[in-house]
Amino acid sequence: MIEVLKPGLSTTVQDAGRTGYYHLGIPPSGALDQYSLRAANLLVGNAAGAAALEVVYMGPELAFTADAVVAVTGASMVPKVNGEERPNWESFPVSAGDVLGFAYLTAGARAYIAVSGGIDVPEVLGSRSTYALGALGGLSGRPLAAGDRLPVGSGPGAAPGRSVPADLRPNLAKDVEVRVVMGLYDHRLSEAGRTAFLDSTWDLTPVADRIGFRYAGPELETVPREPPFGAGQDPSNIVDAPYPIGSIQVPGSVEPIILHRDAVSGGGYMMIATVLSGDLDVVAQSAPKTRTRFVEVDLDGALAARSDYRKRTRRLAEALEG
Amino acid sequence: MTAMAEVTPARYSWGGDEFVFVELAEEMSLQANFRAMAITKKLSDARPDGVLEICPANASYQVRFDPDVLDPHELLALLKDLEQQVGDAHELALSTRVLEIPVLYRDPWTTETLMRFRDRHQDPSATDIEYAARINGYSSVDDFIAAHSGSPWFTSMVGFVAGLPFLFQMVPRERQIIVPKYLRPRTDTPKQTVGYGGCFACIYSVRGAGGYQMLGITPAPIYDPTQTLPDFTDFMVLFRPADIVKFAPIDSDRYDELLAEVEAGTFHVTARPVEFHLQSFLDDPDGYNARLLEVLK
Repeated sequence: MIEVLKPGLSTTVQDAGRTGYYHLGIPPSGALDQYSLRAANLLVGNAAGAAALEVVYMGPELAFTADAVVAVTGASMVPKVNGEERPNWESFPVSAGDVLGFAYLTAGARAYIAVSGGIDVPEVLGSRSTYALGALGGLSGRPLAAGDRLPVGSGPGAAPGRSVPADLRPNLAKDVEVRVVMGLYDHRLSEAGRTAFLDSTWDLTPVADRIGFRYAGPELETVPREPPFGAGQDPSNIVDAPYPIGSIQVPGSVEPIILHRDAVSGGGYMMIATVLSGDLDVVAQSAPKTRTRFVEVDLDGALAARSDYRKRTRRLAEALEG
Repeated sequence: MTAMAEVTPARYSWGGDEFVFVELAEEMSLQANFRAMAITKKLSDARPDGVLEICPANASYQVRFDPDVLDPHELLALLKDLEQQVGDAHELALSTRVLEIPVLYRDPWTTETLMRFRDRHQDPSATDIEYAARINGYSSVDDFIAAHSGSPWFTSMVGFVAGLPFLFQMVPRERQIIVPKYLRPRTDTPKQTVGYGGCFACIYSVRGAGGYQMLGITPAPIYDPTQTLPDFTDFMVLFRPADIVKFAPIDSDRYDELLAEVEAGTFHVTARPVEFHLQSFLDDPDGYNARLLEVLK
């Protein structure tokens, strides 16, 4: 059992996510940075997709009632056991009675805390992930609050002292490139609008959460048109359609929004591109003011990037075996 | 409405490495929606390995797939083949349900909420329903309510947030209600608000932001993540794509009675199975609707 002394800004239980209910408006949820979730779990001997805690910007303070092995990955946020620093990307032991806290965030945006045995809240629709908008999963369908008690599973665990090799840790930069496949409703953009999207450097605004990440930059020019029946008057309106996870919508032709894993499942704004599944990890680690460029790839380029991502996760698993 | 509109070829687009998006028509129509239903139903029946999510929508649909299991080009060929097989979808018969949803129009809760957001509205001096009635040419709000509740609605999409139905009125286009969304979205909408935006009615499943005009509220829960209410023992979401909805106006006494039933855990939405046949509907929409709604009696 873990007792929550301070919840942090918005700490949720997340695993690899749930599949099969998006057609009813229930999105995949799960860790926004899936690579860091895998790493945290493998460090403590859990299955790669086990439930862990996702921390945003500011860490929680947690009291352990039993011995455990813990690892913190993702954003740079130094863990402290009873006030003493511990390394990121390495597993370390905690004893019954210990308090895990955190220093301030220095890079990235989201940290993952895995505990040997995993966070053992009940599975809902095949996942322990929290979907707060729908009050579903996790701990009572919401972020942690002071006084909560988190059950911990009884997995085999691993001895502490495992470490992710330096070349398998992500580079948490203030300037990032996010690869996208153009499409969906990108034909609504004029040539100038399209060029402005791909050639501008976009700044992440403070509107950046599990549902979506909104970016500031130039207005994107659209092609003039007669609105089709049911679509609404604004050139950015469409007949309400499904939104792919990672799709970039541009309401009112300004401030593109990348929809992430708690996305609304559909709506009436044009989408002009979709972020590659693996690059959603990069978006997840973007804090407000992160300077972002969208780089176009075609489907073959997207599949090649996916294959590289798979190789990297395999190397991670091999490095942390045994 | 009696004739099938000409079918235009679908537009296919990749959504990154895991999604394919298919737009069947740029503008909304029941026919485009039926084609989305028919294609996604065939895909569900075939369910090739590697298909992860099948999301029918108003005039489009999307599929999420695992390209490590299912080659994207193979999937694309399959979807194009299904599009050919389905054609104009006029043969489509759906086994679905008619649901009766009680509505307290002009209720105190949405009225209080809309008054707080008058600065974001096209017509700050009117309520949402007065505005909707006026711009659609109804001489009174009562006439508007009669039109809104007089014909059934087709659940053309479920989503936005968990379990929210998009509803498309089953009447010829010239009789369809059209209402713009708020100028700027609200930050608050009561749970179970019956809303209207563009050509779609909706029922908000959870409290939160919203841009649709607020016409009333239903005492019927439509989403129950704890699955404690009787309508939710099988699943936490009431609505499924293709459900047919009849709005039934109620007064505030009836609202209180039904709410007491909800709180006592005895409330059930009236739901009856029906076979829905597209061509028969298109041949005689009003007559077909009347027969369709007989099942609720």
